[in-house]
Amino acid sequence: MSSPLLAVSGLTKRYRRGGKTIAAVDDVSFHIEAGETLALAGPSGSGKSTVARLLLRLIEPDAGRIEFEGGDFLSLNDTALRARRARLQMVFQDPLAAFNPRASVARVLDDPLRIHSIAARSERPHRIAALLERVGLSADLAGRAIHEISGGQRQRIAIARAIATNPSLIVLDEAVSALDVSVRRQILQLLLDLQREERIAYLFISHDLGVISAIAHRVVILDAGRVAESGNARAVIGAPQSAIGKALVAAAPKLNRTSTQGAADRQ
Amino acid sequence: MTALLSIRDLTVTYRHDGREVAALNHVSLDVTAGERFAIIGESGSGKSTLALAIAGLLPGSSKVGGSIEWKLPNLRSPHAFAPPSVLPSLPKLGISPTRGEIGSSVAGTPPAALEFGESGNDSAISPQVGEMSGRTEGGATDRQPASLRDHTPLGGRDIGFVFQDPSASLDPVMAVGEQIAEVAHTHLGLTWSQSYAKAKALLERVRLPDPDAALRAYPHQLSGGQKQRVAIAAAIAAGPKLLIADEATSALDTIVQAEIVALIRQLVAEDGMTLLFVSHDIALAADLAERIAVFQHGELVEFGATAQIVASPRHAYTRALLDAHLGLDAEPLLRQAGALR
Amino acid sequence: MSPLRRFLRTPEAVAGAIILVALFAMALTAPLFFPGDPQAIAGPALLPPFQDWSLPLGTDRLGRDVLAALLHGARTSLAVGLAAAAAALAFGAVVGTLAGFAGSLVDEVLMRITDAFQTVPSFLLALAFVSVVGPSLGVVVAAIALGAWTAPARVARAEVLSIRERDFVAGARVIGMHPLEIAFREVLPNALPPVLALSSVIVAAAILTEAALSFLGLGDPNRVTWGGMIAEGRAVLRTAPSLSIIPGVALVLTVLGVYLTGEGVVETAAVRRSLS
Repeated sequence: MSSPLLAVSGLTKRYRRGGKTIAAVDDVSFHIEAGETLALAGPSGSGKSTVARLLLRLIEPDAGRIEFEGGDFLSLNDTALRARRARLQMVFQDPLAAFNPRASVARVLDDPLRIHSIAARSERPHRIAALLERVGLSADLAGRAIHEISGGQRQRIAIARAIATNPSLIVLDEAVSALDVSVRRQILQLLLDLQREERIAYLFISHDLGVISAIAHRVVILDAGRVAESGNARAVIGAPQSAIGKALVAAAPKLNRTSTQGAADRQ
Repeated sequence: MTALLSIRDLTVTYRHDGREVAALNHVSLDVTAGERFAIIGESGSGKSTLALAIAGLLPGSSKVGGSIEWKLPNLRSPHAFAPPSVLPSLPKLGISPTRGEIGSSVAGTPPAALEFGESGNDSAISPQVGEMSGRTEGGATDRQPASLRDHTPLGGRDIGFVFQDPSASLDPVMAVGEQIAEVAHTHLGLTWSQSYAKAKALLERVRLPDPDAALRAYPHQLSGGQKQRVAIAAAIAAGPKLLIADEATSALDTIVQAEIVALIRQLVAEDGMTLLFVSHDIALAADLAERIAVFQHGELVEFGATAQIVASPRHAYTRALLDAHLGLDAEPLLRQAGALR
Repeated sequence: MSPLRRFLRTPEAVAGAIILVALFAMALTAPLFFPGDPQAIAGPALLPPFQDWSLPLGTDRLGRDVLAALLHGARTSLAVGLAAAAAALAFGAVVGTLAGFAGSLVDEVLMRITDAFQTVPSFLLALAFVSVVGPSLGVVVAAIALGAWTAPARVARAEVLSIRERDFVAGARVIGMHPLEIAFREVLPNALPPVLALSSVIVAAAILTEAALSFLGLGDPNRVTWGGMIAEGRAVLRTAPSLSIIPGVALVLTVLGVYLTGEGVVETAAVRRSLS
């Protein structure tokens, strides 16, 4: 078997707070195969988002290795890293905060095409229109300002920007948590369609086990910066072994559509 | 079952970019005293507007039609809740606080005040909504910079309001003990030392670890879940009849969310409060509430007992919301999509 | 409500705008009404105002037309004030953005240089600079900007420090944008509003500094300036006080107009931000 798309080993990030050193991410290892969805679950403060930022080198780790597409990702210099970023993209939780408040949809999608010389200037409007259609939006949206469109549309734009450079891995940091439930389902469906057609791998970060069990192949559960357990998503969620896994499963809202719950404690 | 409040034909419009936008459209429903009641909807459904309207916290720029009528069969005994010491602390609050611009539109108000005689009056001259939950209503002012509607028919201390973002609703430069004690001092007429004792008892009730230390802590020293516990303590400090939780758990992770929901359930049961639980999460609401009202685009689309709503929804939108819920037992989208492997 | 209408409902802003419009009209029409050299002799010396309607504001010690000088002086005041303020704001915003965005050593070096400039009184700095380099319009502009760029730099840096932590900056890095492009295309435009709020104060101060330099004889000698007119009139202050009072009043009105307009704009923008 060839090496995985992404292999993370011993990833560690420490912060100093009030003279004490706290490990936000402590010796975390995992790997992601091409075209696979790995979910990173855990309560707030477990280090999920720090892992995302470390993977994208928005912050630098104190220890550990990141192998991406067979190369050492952490040793890339600034220029090489910028070029490599085309293959490793990210979608943020809050689609409004993730874009320059002054930008238009067209500019947001034009930037990656221009920076990575994917299309000539004259060709880019066509590419932007194609990207918009790819994520289920009308090409007319290009002229609109980011702040004028709905939250669901914005998150589609964020996905369009992420796939513009033809990446092999997209980190989705709570990417559907802020969306309405009906919109959330459409966005998840879009992500799955893209994965099937383009063989994109996802690192799906979420605290919501319901969403994870619906779309992830495997799951890694973090607690206080360490890996608590990992494995097949359905298996782990069906029978969690760690304390935090059990707590997350117990806390997930359950909807029993056949019984008469709520009535039980009505007296 | 007696109704706590009955809402008739409530319509709220906001002005936005010079256009009138209807946030609520001819909504009528009754809330029963002592029940746990959930308002469900997605963004733009008007669910928060309804919560704010019930609490009398709508921004001054909104236009309100219809009525919210309060029925208070067993008002608290005056000695406990209307001590003379409260009155001097009431700033120039007219006996007819409802005479603002919505005075005529809130049709039920004056009769309600008359009907219940002294007790009714008592509620009419109680503190402004601005003081409703002491410092915790900072969130309300943040959200509504325009002048607050200070004329809910019911006194502010009779409604506790918990907002989504506890960081915005707590005063960052005031110790949390003082913020809770202030509510007790203002609304219950306790002395400051009694108020602090009450604050400590409340922090124990909301199960904050080490209540003595928490009394002196500032909001930034607490976690999100702990801050929400403090906000709940402040909201129930004056012993309200109605507790409104507006997306109070949405900003928290699932584990903390489950803890807060359990806490709210327990407090409501112990104090016999009516709960109005506003949420976008139908599974969470179904777990907690006895009745559910589903809102879409400012309209009440379905309203009924939780079991009926969940098991046999009548409206297509309710069904869509239920179908969109991704529980642990939900059919995986992955397999539906026929993904690789 | 549109920003313009909100602006027009603020009385002090309207007053300021009227003064500024009048001033610009004066400055722009000066060559039309007084096409000749304003420093040429136009009549008898020390003619008092409102005596001869071909010379409405009278003449100075050398018989030069005061009204012509006043109108041409408005050109200098406005040109120097606006150019110096624009230079100070642009330079300050760039320095502040670089310091705030780059952080660490670059930030440290740039901010210590800013400190150094801020500790020297800006008027002394301008005085020294003009004395050394020699008076000309460009030098005066540079001299004034030299003492005025530190406040915009500090405000811009503070704003950039908070903006650079926002998700959209991380998003720009993720798509591989060059740090300089992020700093100047993504961050700087969003950091500008509070920096531009300083502009009215800076323009007003620049106009006063220019007048003070001219008063001390360090203005461009080939141009009429209000400061120079006041200095000229000083010699005959007792016999012809109007020679000092007229440009003095013009100066006060200009600074007032700039300041009131600026406040009005800031207020309008602030209301708009709180509404959105």
